[in-house]
Amino acid sequence: MEVGKVKRVAGPLVQATGLKASMYDLVLVGEEGLMSEVIGISGNKYIIQVYEDTGGVRPGEPVKETGAPLVAQLGPGILTQIYDGIQRPLPMLAAASGDFISRGLFVDGIDHKKKWEFKPTAKKGDVLKPGQAFGEVQEQLLIKHKIMVPPKHKGGAIKEIYAGNFNVDETIAVLEDGSKLTMMHKWPVRQARPVTKKLAPTIPLRTGQRVVDGFFSLAKGGTAAIPGGFGTGKTVMQQTLSKWADVDIVIYVGCGERGNEMADVLHEFPELQDPKTGRPLMERSIVYANTSNMPVAAREASIYTGMTTAEYYRDMGYDCMMTADSTSRWAEAMREMGSRLEEMPGEEGYPAYLGARLADFYERAGRAEVLNGGQGSISVVGAVSPPGGDFTEPVTQNTLRMVKVFWALDSKLTQRRHFPSINWLDSYSLYDQILEPWFIENVSPDWNKNKRRAMNILQENAELEEIVMLVGSDALPEDQQITLEVARMIINFWLAQSAFHPVDTFCPYKKQFDLLAAILKYRDYAFEAVQKGISVAEINSVPSKDALAKVRLEAEYEPILAKILAQMDVEFKALK
Amino acid sequence: MTKEYKTITEISGPLIFVEKTEPVGYMELVEIRTGGEMKRGQVLDSSDDIVVIQVFEGTGGLSKDTAVSFTGDVIKMPLSPSIVGRVLSGSGKPRDGGPEIVPEVLRDIAGAAINPASRGKPRSFIQTGISTIDGTNTLVRGQKLPIFSGAGLPHNDLALQIARQAKALGEAESFAVIFCAMGITNEEAQHFLADFERTGALERAVVFLNLADDPAVERILTPRLGLTTAEYLAFDLDMHVLIIYTDMTNYCESLRQMGAAREEVPGRRGYPGYMYTDLACQYERAGIIKGRKGSITQFPILTMPGDDITHPIPDLSGYITEGQIIVSRELHRKGIYPPVDIRPSLSRLMNSGIGKGHTREDHRAVSDQLYAYYAEGNDLRGLAAIVGKEALSERDKLVLEFADKFEKRFVNQGRDEDRSIFDTLQIGWDLLADLPEAMLTRIDDKYIKAYHPKYAASAAKK
Repeated sequence: MEVGKVKRVAGPLVQATGLKASMYDLVLVGEEGLMSEVIGISGNKYIIQVYEDTGGVRPGEPVKETGAPLVAQLGPGILTQIYDGIQRPLPMLAAASGDFISRGLFVDGIDHKKKWEFKPTAKKGDVLKPGQAFGEVQEQLLIKHKIMVPPKHKGGAIKEIYAGNFNVDETIAVLEDGSKLTMMHKWPVRQARPVTKKLAPTIPLRTGQRVVDGFFSLAKGGTAAIPGGFGTGKTVMQQTLSKWADVDIVIYVGCGERGNEMADVLHEFPELQDPKTGRPLMERSIVYANTSNMPVAAREASIYTGMTTAEYYRDMGYDCMMTADSTSRWAEAMREMGSRLEEMPGEEGYPAYLGARLADFYERAGRAEVLNGGQGSISVVGAVSPPGGDFTEPVTQNTLRMVKVFWALDSKLTQRRHFPSINWLDSYSLYDQILEPWFIENVSPDWNKNKRRAMNILQENAELEEIVMLVGSDALPEDQQITLEVARMIINFWLAQSAFHPVDTFCPYKKQFDLLAAILKYRDYAFEAVQKGISVAEINSVPSKDALAKVRLEAEYEPILAKILAQMDVEFKALK
Repeated sequence: MTKEYKTITEISGPLIFVEKTEPVGYMELVEIRTGGEMKRGQVLDSSDDIVVIQVFEGTGGLSKDTAVSFTGDVIKMPLSPSIVGRVLSGSGKPRDGGPEIVPEVLRDIAGAAINPASRGKPRSFIQTGISTIDGTNTLVRGQKLPIFSGAGLPHNDLALQIARQAKALGEAESFAVIFCAMGITNEEAQHFLADFERTGALERAVVFLNLADDPAVERILTPRLGLTTAEYLAFDLDMHVLIIYTDMTNYCESLRQMGAAREEVPGRRGYPGYMYTDLACQYERAGIIKGRKGSITQFPILTMPGDDITHPIPDLSGYITEGQIIVSRELHRKGIYPPVDIRPSLSRLMNSGIGKGHTREDHRAVSDQLYAYYAEGNDLRGLAAIVGKEALSERDKLVLEFADKFEKRFVNQGRDEDRSIFDTLQIGWDLLADLPEAMLTRIDDKYIKAYHPKYAASAAKK
């Protein structure tokens, strides 16, 4: 391994000479050995981005090669961990350097001392293919960690395989060619892990959020973007999805975001229960926390590190969800490095390769047949923070070219404290058609019909509101006044959902359907009554209508809803 | 003794370029001697033969044979408990005629990032006595909550009122106020100092003053010095620190000036591309740490150029800070103080600091309901202006009236009026009580039964 010399230091960028490293190789800069990556080679000049603060680094200090690119350590012990952007466990960093992060620390991504009980699922003589599982470890109470042949390993027949307690460095199997397998392998984070075949997503990802599941659903293996100006609820939305999504593994990447928010995640996840299993959410979670004041190069890497761990669990056949908060900070990290490299900037100072990088990232998502056989998926939800809330900026636009679901956050809704503040007119889901059969089969034959009716009412409402702004609502024909009222009910009783209310925060499919059906039933009654010549004021003052407002807050809502609907029958009959 | 160089090759705005022979560290402190004066600078770019230095006190008076020496160390702030009560310059020199700070410790002013895993969750409610903050945008300890304002608005009065009244419920703890002025006028600075003296706050304050006529580059140091002091007071001396800095807009102008001098590729509106990271490195120094008693709560003030919230300075700040308090020109014109427009205002940490055990169980619901009808009432104002009040439905008229009353009774309060959170919630309920009960869709029935004035009165009779 060569040792080079620092020639120049400016911010997170260092120039060095005397190296033989390849592009994206990891090198250690300075006396303190700061983790860094080669990002440019020009003649004998190497351009290096440093993942740590470079204050005090001088020209002439050594630069050591490691001979390998930035890798993630993959093996049992990743779940429940809290990492920085380059897979260093934050609690270990705290143990090493105290409450403030200091520099030049080396910490393994997973614990190399801990013993895991390895249970072989293959036997002597079996021929292993690359990526095939040959044993498992109970990583968490409900999550079995499959031990797989590394995808780049050529595989072969098993000569010996051992059951028992091992750490991740000990040999658990020997192949005929003499190669030894352990429970851990390394994978370069910037490289996608291979799969046998990519599949089309056909199953919805249940989030328990009415506006998402009911109107703009995401598929397992799908991609979604949440753009919104500051304060529109991106982070709350990301956290809510991470809490309630019915996936096996959640990877939460806090990329250049707030420290206190990360503290919130780290406090809440161990306390909250997965609605499906009743176990703490933390047991199925991996958190990457590279806050905005942590080094910008590590922020750039955090997205790749997170994605690599997601792929690793997908390869075991799990449904994973990765939330990235926020991809704009990631793009800004690229811009910052690009401008220091004095690259020719593209739109708004972002590098010209912004679109390509975003595409690479979102393309790593998807449902796939994995090398081990069986299926796994990675769904990606990326928050986007457009400057000034303007969706025409490059990061939003490049993201929209890639993702299939668009949840547009609207600051007008935020100002009324309507949450989730997803605008129901601007948002879309391209999985609509694909997922329809699933909802018809599994929830109700009327699911799609009701959804379209509700959407149409909201669409009509938007048009009517423009007229109301000019002439006032009393000047509208009576049936249109009813439409305005029904739209108000859909918005306030159904689309609005409190992430902080213990019951309302999670709404099962059946309840979503029943609540909407009840509102539509009211609409039908109201229209019928209008035709009979009953006044709008009388129709709107039916007590059962207001009673619908709070059904969403009840856990055992069915008897309550049935009572209200029965009351509605009686009340409308009584109207004359 | 360190080597002195008289090898300045170029002076350009706040930057000097120096040829040298020994290796110089990035961010290293540099001393520049000219005449009898000593200026300080910092290395921004260090290569084998030449370094680029930004000079904090300005490059006026420097020439090609000015002596430059490298200290071999990054900039450190001298700190000791006696710093409390002092008035310092924007670069940390005494400004009150007192002695230099005799250091007990020296701290790197760049400050390391708090490990996210070591952070405590901010959850202690701070009562500011201001309804629009306590009631609808609650502040908690360890939060960074900026005031977004505009030129000519009373944001300074608001900041002072908060500094005066802020307290935790039912506890007496040691606390300190740090005030960092960046590029504000002498008059404004006097206003702050006079108020600190009037209320005795100066005894537990540390003041850093970089005034409008002080060098602009020095402003880059000022918040870092203030925050390093804050960290020392909070995490070494267990104090609860409230840090107010004004005006962040001037700080960002200085960043832009430096960027331009270095001929960097500019980002939006000429501000450097790394401004987000730079601002984050200041704002993120708020918080609490598990197992330590103190806390740092930040109140940055920034004036939005042209009242434009999409301007890069408020925009980037909004993405980092935990909410924002927006001071509105429209409310100010109506004569309402504090003219806080709650609609675009937000406190992200509100939820962890309110409710049972913190304030009161109905707090969230009352706040949401007030928001919903105030926002709707505001929209209706536009409608009423076109079609006339008479054309509105009965319900809409009620909502419109609600919005007016909300501004007069809830938002409006005296400059010395210190409302308890319970007073604030009571005003909220009184306003909501004027609406039919069926309209209170955001509030659980059990809270209506417990706190609605209609039931509260009958409950009291029983």
